[in-house]
Formats: sequence, structure tokens, C-alpha cells
Amino acid sequence: MPINDEARVGFYICHCGHNIANMVDVTSVAEYAAKLPNVVLSRDYKYMCSDPGQEMILKDAEVFKLNRIVVASCSPLLHENTFRNATAKAGINQFYFQMVNIRENASWVHEDKELATVKAKDLVRAAISRVVFHKALEKKKVPVNPDVLIVGGGISGISAALNIANAGKKVYLVEKDPTIGGYMAKFDKTFPTLDCAACILTPKMSAVLKHPGITLMSYSEVAAVEGYVGNYQVKVTRKPRYIIEEKCVGCFACIDACIFKEAKFSDEFNEGLSKRKPVYIPFPQATPQVVLIDDKTCIHFKTGKCPQSCAKACDRNAFDFDQKPVTQELEVGTILLCTGFQPFDAARAPYYGYGRYPNVYTSLEVERLVNASGPTGGNVVLRDKTRPKSIGIIHCVGSRDEKTNKWCSRVCCMYSLKLAHLLKEHTDAEIYNFYIDMRTPGKGYEEFYDKLLNEGVHFIRGRVAEVSDWAINEHEKGKLVIRAEDTLIGMVRRIPVDMVVLAVGIEPGKDAQDIRRVFNISCSNEGFFLERHPKLAPVETFTDGIFIAGACQGPKDIPDSVAQAGAAAAQALALIDSGFVELEPNTAFINEELCCGCQVCINLCPYHAITFDETKSVSHINEAICKGCGTCVAACGSGAITQNLFEDQQILSEIYGLLVE
Amino acid sequence: MAQDKPKLKLAVYWGAACGGCCVSVLDVHEKLLDILAHADLVFWPIALDIKYQDVEQMPDQSIDITLFNGAVRNSENEHMAHVLRRKSRILVAYGSCAYLGGIPGLANFYTKEEVFRRVYEESESLDNPQKIHPLPENEVTEGHLHIPSFYNDVLTLAQVVDVDYFIPGCPPQSERLVEVFMDIVNGSDLPLKGSVIGASSKVQCDECKRKKSDKKGITRFYRPWEVTDDGMTCLNEQGILCMGPATRAGCGVRCVEGNAPCRGCYGPLDGIGDAGTRILSAIASMLDGKEPEEINRAIDSIVDPAGTFYRFSLPGSKLRRKVS
Amino acid sequence: MSTIENSNKDWSPRIIAFFCNWCTYTASDLAGVSRLRYAPTTRVIRVMCSGRIDPEFVIEAFTQGADGILIGGCHPGDCHYSEGNYKCLRRYHLLQRVIGQMGIDQRRLRLEWISASEGKRLQEVVNEMTETLRQLGPSPIKEVVQTVIK
Repeated sequence: MPINDEARVGFYICHCGHNIANMVDVTSVAEYAAKLPNVVLSRDYKYMCSDPGQEMILKDAEVFKLNRIVVASCSPLLHENTFRNATAKAGINQFYFQMVNIRENASWVHEDKELATVKAKDLVRAAISRVVFHKALEKKKVPVNPDVLIVGGGISGISAALNIANAGKKVYLVEKDPTIGGYMAKFDKTFPTLDCAACILTPKMSAVLKHPGITLMSYSEVAAVEGYVGNYQVKVTRKPRYIIEEKCVGCFACIDACIFKEAKFSDEFNEGLSKRKPVYIPFPQATPQVVLIDDKTCIHFKTGKCPQSCAKACDRNAFDFDQKPVTQELEVGTILLCTGFQPFDAARAPYYGYGRYPNVYTSLEVERLVNASGPTGGNVVLRDKTRPKSIGIIHCVGSRDEKTNKWCSRVCCMYSLKLAHLLKEHTDAEIYNFYIDMRTPGKGYEEFYDKLLNEGVHFIRGRVAEVSDWAINEHEKGKLVIRAEDTLIGMVRRIPVDMVVLAVGIEPGKDAQDIRRVFNISCSNEGFFLERHPKLAPVETFTDGIFIAGACQGPKDIPDSVAQAGAAAAQALALIDSGFVELEPNTAFINEELCCGCQVCINLCPYHAITFDETKSVSHINEAICKGCGTCVAACGSGAITQNLFEDQQILSEIYGLLVE
Repeated sequence: MAQDKPKLKLAVYWGAACGGCCVSVLDVHEKLLDILAHADLVFWPIALDIKYQDVEQMPDQSIDITLFNGAVRNSENEHMAHVLRRKSRILVAYGSCAYLGGIPGLANFYTKEEVFRRVYEESESLDNPQKIHPLPENEVTEGHLHIPSFYNDVLTLAQVVDVDYFIPGCPPQSERLVEVFMDIVNGSDLPLKGSVIGASSKVQCDECKRKKSDKKGITRFYRPWEVTDDGMTCLNEQGILCMGPATRAGCGVRCVEGNAPCRGCYGPLDGIGDAGTRILSAIASMLDGKEPEEINRAIDSIVDPAGTFYRFSLPGSKLRRKVS
Repeated sequence: MSTIENSNKDWSPRIIAFFCNWCTYTASDLAGVSRLRYAPTTRVIRVMCSGRIDPEFVIEAFTQGADGILIGGCHPGDCHYSEGNYKCLRRYHLLQRVIGQMGIDQRRLRLEWISASEGKRLQEVVNEMTETLRQLGPSPIKEVVQTVIK
């Protein structure tokens, strides 16, 4: 094992309660480590990350004149900073520290204590072998740009934007649709209080618009992000509305004047239950109050032969048919992603007949039907305009299903109860809820369920097998028959109804993968954005300075989304108010004495951090731009490039330590 | 002329070598006279008729400098390496073979049996119907015949004896030899033991006059005869595999100056653990392509990658030889 | 001598695993948090990016006695540093040729793209590679390197 006479290593192994000690013989590892070269002190302790654990390092460092610290415990991604801080407090440069992951990488994944202990010893030996070659380094402090980018203008993005702007910071709110409001804007009432969604949302939408600290960029998307925590450069592309946003006052004269006398194109906001014209506004309270032209249906764009009656009707000359996408560059310090979800596509569950039977609706369509400002003015009627006398609501459509999405979408039980209540209120029909389990955890939620049980709504516990129009008796004729096993009475039942409502689940947005790549964050297996830690860092990502909130992180309802938006806003504000960030000093540098100027490294750098100095004929790394991947290091034929914290010698001694006793 | 100082005693020996290193000593031309003014050549098989037993009878440490060229590939090479180590104050591994194994070291891609089978059974120019192999010991009518035994592994000089300095090159540039020698004569401070001397501390590209850019993006490699070199641009950028980016300078970029790619005879820079992987990584870093198929198509155009990257350094590399 | 060979168990291979910080190392943490059991054969070395992995590290690990080397990086298109994984891929393919020529069974070196969410994949890969190496038996490399045959 390599010896460094000056290195005095203090080694600590953590029991982590039973988490480590149950599967790794910590005492034997501590005894083993005590005999390794350079080790002055070796201890085991119940919880190293606790205050007494850290205090112990402080005291030992003084008494035993330690100058290197190695802690074997959990993942460095969790507690490396904790122990680096303890090392620094002990008067030792924090980079004279190395962490050994014997929990996630050993005790939690192995079943044989003897082999797990052997593995722990190997890992410990490697860390001790490595740490003697560590160098004292300093973290670089860089200022944090106080401006914030928020992507997504649903309830999460709106809440976060207002939180941050109210704290006096500048916010750029980018929304891909022509209006903010997200899915919440489509809802009639919200559970469990049954307050009107519009009544609580629209004031927030207009507050966003009016707030001097918020720049709303609707109908826009983020095209590219560069930079690092505290200093991001963002390119935002505004899609052409063909309307000069600043000039439009939302009088809608143009919509009336459109060459299409009748609206004939599917209205996205009403889930296709109504029609709109090529020039339109998504809904009356849309924010901003600016119309737009759908260039796929507009006669001008299709044939060029439209008299442009809309433009002529505009007394503010707001029309610009030549508008092109415009890319704007922003500089921000932090980014919040609130990009939301998409509802499960009911056509993926063909056994429920969506798209085949006109009277099978998705829950979102029914939200519009019960909505006073919806396509029928809140009058719940079937496609033939008749009022349903019986309605079946099928829970868990696309959720908790091996064939579609395995997860519980968390909101469907509650919104199904809400819809049951509203449909009962609007139609006085017989309502049947088909559920697998009723999941109503939340303040006032179980009480809401209780209330529904007393409203004469039927509950049938069982997964629905199919919806069909195949009648086996007179009674079923002309109806949709829901076939399900009622698990409470142990019988298969056939319930004929006039209307079927599919409680579709929540899944990752269709552009989630693209967004993830642009912002350089990870997704969980299901495709929701991955938080840094499921419990302790639920709104942080693995990319510093980028936070997530709302249903883009996983299914959640409005209260949870708003709460999470608040948490993300607080994280961003904390970063901004600290004024600076400390960057990991794992950057690379070039030894000019060795560099031959071959320039192999230059093109490998994705950040253009390496430039060629023509006068000296050597390459140079701008450490402010370098992000510390180390790709150039492995490319250098001269061995002229060194990456701090990941020097060749450090890694080679780690390899040696792992393999050689 | 420093008549008052006793003359240095100089030896030159060859192990498994082609003779080129000895010729490179001769190639100092009239400078040899300068050397001989300061030194007596006490042993040099290519030029002087001095027997092994004469050397063995010399007092220990009586030779001032021995230039040992060639790798160690049989018992005779090893025996002389030990003898010369004992007799010499300064033992220099002279040339690529003594330093890293050199071209004879490529035999480490094979076993002794494979080498013998090829040479004594399969060679196209052979007439050996009885498949006779040489034996180290043999009784003939004239008596007991003894020839050196052939090793399975080609070794570098340093793998056999303690070496003071290394002078790389296939062969080393003669000018460098004169410089090193005159430094010793003039009593300059000797470099640290174990140093590579007579060469640069940077790689070839530093001295190479060809135009280099950051645009490498190689999609396939060409052998020199397959393309017309423009005479100006970095050979690698033209797809001609050149070992320059990971090969120590000091030869005067002779090959590239002659429009041939560097083959790597000067070995890696100080502190580089493995010459082959170093050039491998540098070359791979110039490749284009993201799909395994594209990448492998480019790699397919490298004839014998391992032999190319370890052309002069296989015995001195981390793996030392083919594993099985 | 390796610690594992010293134990009383049946022989089990030692795999040096170079994992990138952002994807595969995070996946190994996830495997831990999810308590996915896998063979205790890997010894992970964390690097920031698979692009940092120098072929020399692989050769060094082989010569020091590793039975297998596993390189884990982000999926194509997902590299935290944009394209470091492609640079790793190029070196990997060239290195595979060379180790093949050096008489090393190419199954002893494996590259896998394992994203942060693929704890399960990590478990499968480690178990699979362990099984492959069990069938191949102990690596002869260290002994060949250390034993000169004259």
C-alpha cells in the first residue's frame, strides 16, 4: 500500500443504527482499518452524522493530530458535505476527506454478512489508500444571479412565481400554451371544499400578469439552457401568435369577424366538446387576454386567399401574419420546473370503449360538462343532448395496472367523488362508482367520502372488466353495460348506464423527456422528474439550482402542488439570499510545461472551456467554465491535464487499494 | 584535452537487438573521436574482439558507463546484463528495446512454443522436414554443446537488473548520445537515477511543424499509402495513425519530417504508467461517431491496434505480454 | 491474495466498477434504497463522468487482480456533461479490441448505460456479470503479469 509519511488518517465507521451494523461487522472493519498504513485512529460509532459523531471527529483531530479523515457510512451523495464540514471544523482542509459508501453499496444490497464485511474492508482500504494523495483545495464562490426562471404556468408555477416575486425577486414565467392556468383552469369545483376553481385561480392568474416582478412569456418554450447554478443562460423561443401581444386588448372583435362564420375546429380547452375558430382565445379568462391564430386551420396560412377580415376588424393593428418564432436570451440564477402532467389517454384502455361509444367520457371532459362556463353551460347532457339518468364512474383508468401505469395517480378517487357529487347535483341520475380501493388520505378527504356515502351514490368495489353495448335483456337495451366483479358480494354484476365516466390517471407530460434533457436532470423510472432525495430533498434535483414542483415530480393534487411550489420557491430564495454558491473544485487544469498543443482535448469539451493559446502554443482550460467531467484528462497523450479530486494517482491508488491487501 | 584526468571506461553491449543501436553509436561519425579522447572503449562486440570472460574478469565497478541496447530475451542476454551491471558504475538502457522491450518485445504476443513453431516449422523459407528445434544442451561428437536458452517472455533491461538511465529511440538519435556523454565528461550534475535522458519532456506534437487544429473527428484511418498526405496538416487529422500525441519528443520528429507517421519509439512521457493505453485513449478521443457500428467501422481501419499502440513498449507495459 | 479468496465461500469474482456520478452511481444508491439484493462482487469507484475513465485504469485494475471491470454511464443523449458517455464509448470499443488481442476474455470488460432510475437494471447487470465471470473463473492476468516465464 502506498505510504505517505505525513498522512495521519482518522477512520470512522458508522453503524447507522442497524442499517449498516446488521449486515457489516463494523467492529471487525474498524479493527482491520486500524492496522492499515497511515491510519492513526479507527473508531466505530452508532450514528456518525449525528452531532456527537461529528464532535468526535473534531476532538480526535486535535488529540491525535489527524490530517486526513475517512468515514465509512452511507452514500456520499447524501452526507459527503456533512463530513466535509466536520473535517473543515476540525481545522483540516475539507478535501482531505474521503467517504466510503457501505450502506447503499453494501449493507442494503447484500445478504451475506461475511461477504458484505469483506467488501466493506476492500472499500475502506481503497479510501485510505486514496485519501493520502488528496490535496488541499478551496471551493470557488460565485455570485448567484437573483433572477428566477419558472417553467410551466399551472397552479404550481403560478404559486411559485407569486411567492418568489412577492419576495422582491425577478421571475420569468414561461408557459408553452397561449394561457397560464394549466389543468386547474378547466376544473369546475375543487375537492373537498367544492369551492369554484376559477374563483380561486383566476385572481392568481391576473396577479401574475399584473405583478411588476413577473415577466410572463406565454406560448413560449425553453430551447436551451447553459451555465451552472447561480448563472444559467436560457434561450426561450416564443411561438408566433400572429398577434402583437402588446397591442391586443382582448376585445375579440377579430373572432366575430373571422371568415368562418361558424366555429368548426376542435376546441382544446373544452376537450374537443365544442368548436372554436382559427382565431381564438382559449377561454374567456385566459391570461394574457390575447387572441392567437391557429396557423393549421386559418385560411390565410392554408391558401393565402383569405380577405383577412379578422385583421381588418382590429382597430389596434395587432395582426402580424409574418410573425416568426423569436428566441430571447435570459440570464437567471435558479430554475423551477413546474411542467405538470398529462392525463392518461383513455384509448389505451380499449376495454372501456372510449372513442368507440360516444357516451363514454373522460373525467376531464366531464369537468368541462359540469362547468358553468363549459361547452354546455354546465348542463350535463349526452352527445344526443339528452340528460343521463344513470352514470357509472370507473376509477383507476390507466392507474394501478400492470398493462398501463403501475402507480396510483392519487387524485382520481377524490375527483371521482367530487364528480359523483356534481353529477348527482346536476342530473339527479343514479351514480355508480366502481373502485378498487378508496384512497382518500388528506385533510377533509375522508369526511368528503363519508358525505358522498350519504348522498345516495352507489359504490361497487371491484375493477371493471369492460364496458359494452351488448344487451342481454330489455333492461339493458340502448345502454352501456358496465361489467365488474363486486368483490364485496362476490358476484359479477352488469350495470346498465347512460353515461360512463373514466377516471383517467396522471402520467408524465409527453415532453417530459425533452424537458429533462434541456435542463440536464433525471427522471424516475415512470418518467416523472427525479428529486434529489425522496424525503429530504423532494424539490431539489441532482443539478444544483434546478428545482421541481407539482405533478411533473409525481401525481399530486392542488394542495400538495401549491405546497411543493412553496417549498421550491423557498429553496430558490434561500439560494438567492445567500448571495453566492460554492462550486465543487473538481475542475481540470493543464500543465503548460507538458502540453504539446495537439488540441485533441479542445473539441472534447462540451462547454468550450478549453482554448488554444497561439502564442504559447498550448491549450488552456478556463476553470470558471469547466464543469469537471474529466473527459479531457483521459484524452491527453502527454498526461498534461489534471482533474482536481479525481487525479490519476488518486484513482490508481483507489484501484490498488481495492485489490491489494 | 583533459590529459590530467584518467580516461573514462566505456562499454556498449547488445542484447536482443537488431544492431541499429550499435550503428547509431557509430553514427556519431567524427564525434567518436571526441568521445575517444575522453574514454576508452573496453567492450563493444560489434567493433572489438573482447570475450565475455575478459569482461567477467574486470574488477567490479570498473566500467564507468555501459550502454546496453536490446531487450532481454534469452539466458545469454540476462547473464550479460547481470555481469555488466556488476562491472559498471552507470548502466544505461540504450534504445527502445532495452528501455521498453522494443520490436523484439512484440514476441510477447506469442509464447515461446508459438515462436519456435513459426520459425522452425512453418517459415516459408525453411527446409526442416524433421522439425528440429534448437536445444540448450546437446551432446555432439565434438562434446557437450551449450547454447543460450530462449525465454518465453521478452524482458526489458530494468526488469532484470537495476538501471540508472534510459535513452529512448529506435535507434536513439546519435546527437543526443554525444550530448549526454559530454555532459558526463564535463562533470555536469547527473540527472536523477531512473530518468529518461537524451530526450524531451514533451511529446512529439510540440516539435512537429504540421498544422494542428481542434477538428479531429476521424471516421476512418488510412495507411500512409492509401492517401495523399498534403505535407502540412497533422497526420492524425488526415486519418493517418500517428503516435505523436503520446510519444516523447527528442528524435527531431524525424519520421513526420520525412512524411511518415510517428510509430512511438521514444515511448511515453514521465509518469505515464502505460504507453499503449495512453495513445489508445488519445486516438479514441479523436474518433467521430456515436453509434457503436460507426465507431467500430473506424476502429476496423486500424490494422492490429494492440501491435500498433504497444509497438515498442509491450514488455514494459502494465500487461507485459499476451495473457493467454 | 484477495480477501474473497481467503474466505471460506465458493470462489466469487471481484469486479471493479467505474460508475459515473449522475446516472449509474445514483442508480446504485437507488438499488440500495430499494433494498435490491445483488451479488457482493462489485467495488465501485465513483467518477464524475464515464468520459473520465482512462483505459489505463481498466488495465491497472486487471493487472492488480480484478476479475472483471464494469463501466457504468448515462444512456446516450442523457450524459450530464452532454457527450462524455460517447467519448467513453469510443475508448471502450478500441480498448475491447486491444484486450481481445492481449488474450483477455472480452466478457471481463463490460460497458452498460444505467440511468439514475434503473436500480433494477444495476442489480441485473451485476448479477449477470457475476455469473459470467463465475463461469470464466478467476482472471489469470495478475499471475501472468507477475510471473516471468523464462
